[in-house]
Amino acid sequence: MAHLKPVPDPAPAPEQGEQLDVAQLERYATVLRMHCVSMLAVAKSGHLDSSLSAADIVAALYFRVLRHDPSAPDWPERDRFVLSKGHAAPIQYAALAEHGYFPVEDLQGLRSIGSHLQGHPDMNRTPGIEVSTGSLGQGLSMSLGICLALRLDGRSDTAHVFAVLSDGDCQEGETWEGAMAAAHYEVPNLTAVVDYNHLQTDGTTEEVMDTGDVRAKFEAFGWDSIEIDGHDMGAIVEALERSRTLDRPAAIVCQTKKGRGVSFMEGRFGFHGKPPSPEQASEAMDELEATLKAQDEALAGAGGEG
Amino acid sequence: MAPVEAKTEPIATRQAYGDALVALGEAHEEVVALDADLAVSTQSMKFGKQFPDRFFNCGAAEANMMSISCGLAATGKVPYASTFAIFATSRSYDQVRLGIAHNELRVRIGASHGGVSLGEDGASHQMIEDIALMRAMPKMQVVVPADYNQAFAATYESYQREGPMYMRFGRPATPIVYEEIPETLGDGVDVLREGKDISIFACGHMVWRALDAAETLAREDGVEAEVVNVAIIKPLAAHKVLESLAKTGVAVTAEEHRVTGGLGDAIRQVAAELHPVPIFALGMQDEFGVSGTAEACMEHFGLTATGIADLAREAMLKKPLVQHPPIGG
Repeated sequence: MAHLKPVPDPAPAPEQGEQLDVAQLERYATVLRMHCVSMLAVAKSGHLDSSLSAADIVAALYFRVLRHDPSAPDWPERDRFVLSKGHAAPIQYAALAEHGYFPVEDLQGLRSIGSHLQGHPDMNRTPGIEVSTGSLGQGLSMSLGICLALRLDGRSDTAHVFAVLSDGDCQEGETWEGAMAAAHYEVPNLTAVVDYNHLQTDGTTEEVMDTGDVRAKFEAFGWDSIEIDGHDMGAIVEALERSRTLDRPAAIVCQTKKGRGVSFMEGRFGFHGKPPSPEQASEAMDELEATLKAQDEALAGAGGEG
Repeated sequence: MAPVEAKTEPIATRQAYGDALVALGEAHEEVVALDADLAVSTQSMKFGKQFPDRFFNCGAAEANMMSISCGLAATGKVPYASTFAIFATSRSYDQVRLGIAHNELRVRIGASHGGVSLGEDGASHQMIEDIALMRAMPKMQVVVPADYNQAFAATYESYQREGPMYMRFGRPATPIVYEEIPETLGDGVDVLREGKDISIFACGHMVWRALDAAETLAREDGVEAEVVNVAIIKPLAAHKVLESLAKTGVAVTAEEHRVTGGLGDAIRQVAAELHPVPIFALGMQDEFGVSGTAEACMEHFGLTATGIADLAREAMLKKPLVQHPPIGG
């Protein structure tokens, strides 16, 4: 992959408590996307488009909303991030590496023997992973278990649990068992973020198994439930921060596009679980680099004016 | 010392699970219990009544219960997740596998109503391949206590052990085998009666029957059978199995379970590699259970003292005349 451009060094990860604005978060989302392309190009395996659709959500969480401390991954008061759609592991790995949970160079080991970066998140191998996921449908229930433990520890008001689900997750029955139980146990510190990208392995969700109105379904299960544009950083941040203030579980259904940020892939069927060819990776990096450059210029301009 | 009195009269092993849960709840704040709408049957309700804040009834949603247990354990709790053996294994295998076993979390699965002695509910509820399923799962420990006293010890001690654990309990009242509540399960393989002619390896509800069979064999055939209770089927204390086989040179196994993948195969696996001798397995053949009382079901499938004794006689006929030493021994 010598021909592939390296992911540029971004600004250092924000200090605890530092509030990044929307433009800065969008820039981080681009950096995370570049990491994903780079990782997948080396690994020649993995789910790129599923990672890209969640990039804005993950950037908002890791660089703004989550209270966490990379130097103390086991800090009991931390917020928890659970990637129920574990196949999008690269996007979480990118965020963890950017925060220094492990060296950025480790990303190049994705899915290879000897690397701690497994095909799907593994809590016993990778710092910053709360629970192992990858079998769809389990993440919301696991997150609820974490919430119940936090309640016993008197931490419901401080530590929040964010579960990121896919539309595939919403086809699994267990997700709705978890949704029912979360409402029953009235956990105030659980947010389900659905990365609703409408594409799955065999086709569109509408063709394969129409999940219908997911927002309404969560609402019917007793959750606070809203729907937003999952690539509108301002809306994502607002929805996530609002969800922390509620006294019941909250669902944020994010309408997203699979492969977001890479034009030839965006919203198109046929890339699920398929790594990019060297040419595709190169093309994707070119486009993301141009995006980053524009974002940097805008940030510099904004900074200059300020 | 165990915080309850040893039992002397027949009583179900699931009762011990419930009693030990309460004792654990008193001793350890991080112990939590879960159930899936069977808390009265599994006896976890005893814990639920005493510690309502630490008890989570998940309703009829076993998969959800297993994943919730994963989350609880990942956050420092020691969950005891209870339901019938059938729902604890086949219904929620994937959740147990990834969330609990793969993560090597300290979750204890209290599976009651194992085997055909569940009785009247019939095949849909009679779990006869759970030991096989859980033995095959990496990192999962498999415990099948023989009576109330051992079941209490197994549950009470399980808190001290690392890693995930599957514990099988039974529905019907079962005769007492251990006079006292053991301090520990140790390596999980106990010689309950010594003998030189044939080994009988048994687990769960078949242990007291194995002792009965040994009595019959001694009285009617002059055969000295060694009865070995295997309460920890995985990890199996192979050296104890080999010790008995080296002495007797032939064995039968007895379990309320399919003859595939359970105790019988665990023993045969050790023997085949290290001390090949004839080993005959008593258990469920390629068949499902049927409705009936607990005892009628056991008799229907030959899971009785007579069944064990008859198979032991058959095995004795195949016992090699010349004994060879264990491989490498």
